[in-house]
Amino acid sequence: MNWKTTATAMGLALLASTGLARAEGVLNIYNWGNYTSPDVIKKFEDKYNIKVTITDYDSNDTALAKVRQGGTGFDIAVPSQTYVPIWIKEGLVLETDPGKMENFKNVAPEWANPDFDPGRKYSVPWALGTVGVVVNTDTYKGPADSWGIIFNTPDELKGKVNVVPEMNDVIFAAIKYVGGQQCTDDKAVLKKVRDTLVAAKPNWIAMEYNTIEKMGAGDFKATSDWNGSALRQRLANPAIHYNYPKEGYGLWSDNVVVLKEAKNVDNAKLFQNFIMDPENAAGLSAFHRYANAITGSDKYMPADMKDAPEVVIPADAKPKGEFQKMCAPEIQDIYTKIWTELQK
Amino acid sequence: MATAEEVAKAAERRDVRDRWLLSAPALLVILLAATGPLLIVLVYSFLTPGAYGDVKWQFSSDAWTSVFLERDIFDDTLSLAAAHVTIFWRSIKLAIVTTLATLALGFPTAYFMATRSEKTRDLWLFLITIPFWTNLLIRTFAVLQIIRNEGIINTILLKLGIISAPIQILYTDTAILIGMAYVYLPLMVLPIYASMEKLDFRLVEAGYDLYATRFKVLRKIIFPLVKPGVIAGSILVFIPALGAYVTPSVLGGGKNMMLSNLIELQFGQGRNWPLGSALSITVMIIVMVALLAYVRNAGKSGVRHG
Repeated sequence: MNWKTTATAMGLALLASTGLARAEGVLNIYNWGNYTSPDVIKKFEDKYNIKVTITDYDSNDTALAKVRQGGTGFDIAVPSQTYVPIWIKEGLVLETDPGKMENFKNVAPEWANPDFDPGRKYSVPWALGTVGVVVNTDTYKGPADSWGIIFNTPDELKGKVNVVPEMNDVIFAAIKYVGGQQCTDDKAVLKKVRDTLVAAKPNWIAMEYNTIEKMGAGDFKATSDWNGSALRQRLANPAIHYNYPKEGYGLWSDNVVVLKEAKNVDNAKLFQNFIMDPENAAGLSAFHRYANAITGSDKYMPADMKDAPEVVIPADAKPKGEFQKMCAPEIQDIYTKIWTELQK
Repeated sequence: MATAEEVAKAAERRDVRDRWLLSAPALLVILLAATGPLLIVLVYSFLTPGAYGDVKWQFSSDAWTSVFLERDIFDDTLSLAAAHVTIFWRSIKLAIVTTLATLALGFPTAYFMATRSEKTRDLWLFLITIPFWTNLLIRTFAVLQIIRNEGIINTILLKLGIISAPIQILYTDTAILIGMAYVYLPLMVLPIYASMEKLDFRLVEAGYDLYATRFKVLRKIIFPLVKPGVIAGSILVFIPALGAYVTPSVLGGGKNMMLSNLIELQFGQGRNWPLGSALSITVMIIVMVALLAYVRNAGKSGVRHG
């Protein structure tokens, strides 16, 4: 490269940067990794002339700890429903009143007034999902709609089962399996939970998050997993099936909130409203592969998601779904002890 | 009246003072940067956990008690924290085995390098440093790719008809050890090589002239002279191996916690920052004690380098 081209390149770069500076504004999103559709973001940027930056996090606890320290520069975060009440209680989020926004009419009635944010004063639904059991039917052909696959592993699957190491999900599943209620303080139930987990572990091969790749490569033949992940696995290998455990399974949702320390509040509100539009909500789903709570979005959904059993919960499994809650700190403490016992 | 001696002494004092003043900024930064965060960890270990992470500013020694003792969840009896002891022991054992494995592989490698001609030595040294060019995670995933069921080793063995079903290496203790030895090998080879390079091989020749066996030459001449390198290498491998996080969880499958996982749990899903802090400090104390014991022992029987 000679000096002339270098100078031209620098000039162009300068032009580009001033171009950005002239945009209406910026929006800094703090979200889970590999979760935000670049196409939808591009559309938002073009429509409002706003430059969006996305920073990843890998767990609710990381996000909460970081935002609580303050000075993050983020405008938006996407906590799970179990954490939304904490964010509200700790005064981290701004009351943007999405319930009064223009596109709110699109939010499905069952999502318009959830327990974790009554009246939707703070949050807008981003994605909905379930936690269930994934089985490779080439290896195991029996009935798989039970947590028994994980906690009382059939012979064909012994030594081939993975468990996603999400403490609250795993203990929720084990409580359901032994017939208890989530966040129970019944010591007898919790003891059964611990014994079930400890007895089940020798049949597991791993406790990992990386299920899409490992189920695909055949390192695992069954795993506990989120439905969107299961969908990606089935698209890669049709023998892989997602199952809704009959003992009860967890439902979750991630929700967009605006931070109290946000510097670009107006842009953040525009974004909250923007993603409640059916076409945009479908765009988000097409990327992260989870369902959304927006009515009318189905007609924009990709063909392979419209009737996918991972996304559309079958009628007979529907009543078994239960929203996961945040347990009281003392209960959470017992969970941690059981978890340490399990992984020691 | 100032004698020449006094003048010299004053100059020396000034010299010493200047040196201190000149290095003061650097020392101050190191002191603050190294001890500041550690002090925070120490203070946190004596506080009460907040309801959803973080800490409450309220003194409590519970974190330290629960490092060593646990109250049974179900019958409320106090006993030795068996889970913590198991996890600590697993990490310590892994660090020791890794150190021994890298020593067994690294010593001959360093000897081989040091006995090459001056010109080719640089090439060997260069080859040893190549793994450092990539990230630890990528190197670990490369090992995973080799040993997994559909990986290189199993595919070749299956194709050759030597085995009929893949050997399960991934997610076993062997897998962790293979990964750890591979990742930490250069840290052992480099310091041993540095000592070995300075070794006067005429001493080895003299040993043979005096009818020493090969083993005797190795034990009585080579090993004592490169001992500082072996010590440095062992320390460089042992300490990071004790806190290893990525390699055991990627290759071991994360079923069994290492020390680092246990600490991470307290700051993440466990939401017990004081316990996490107390555990971190315990690890540092273990490292310090191990180092002191090791260096002292090694120094006692060591032959003085001439």
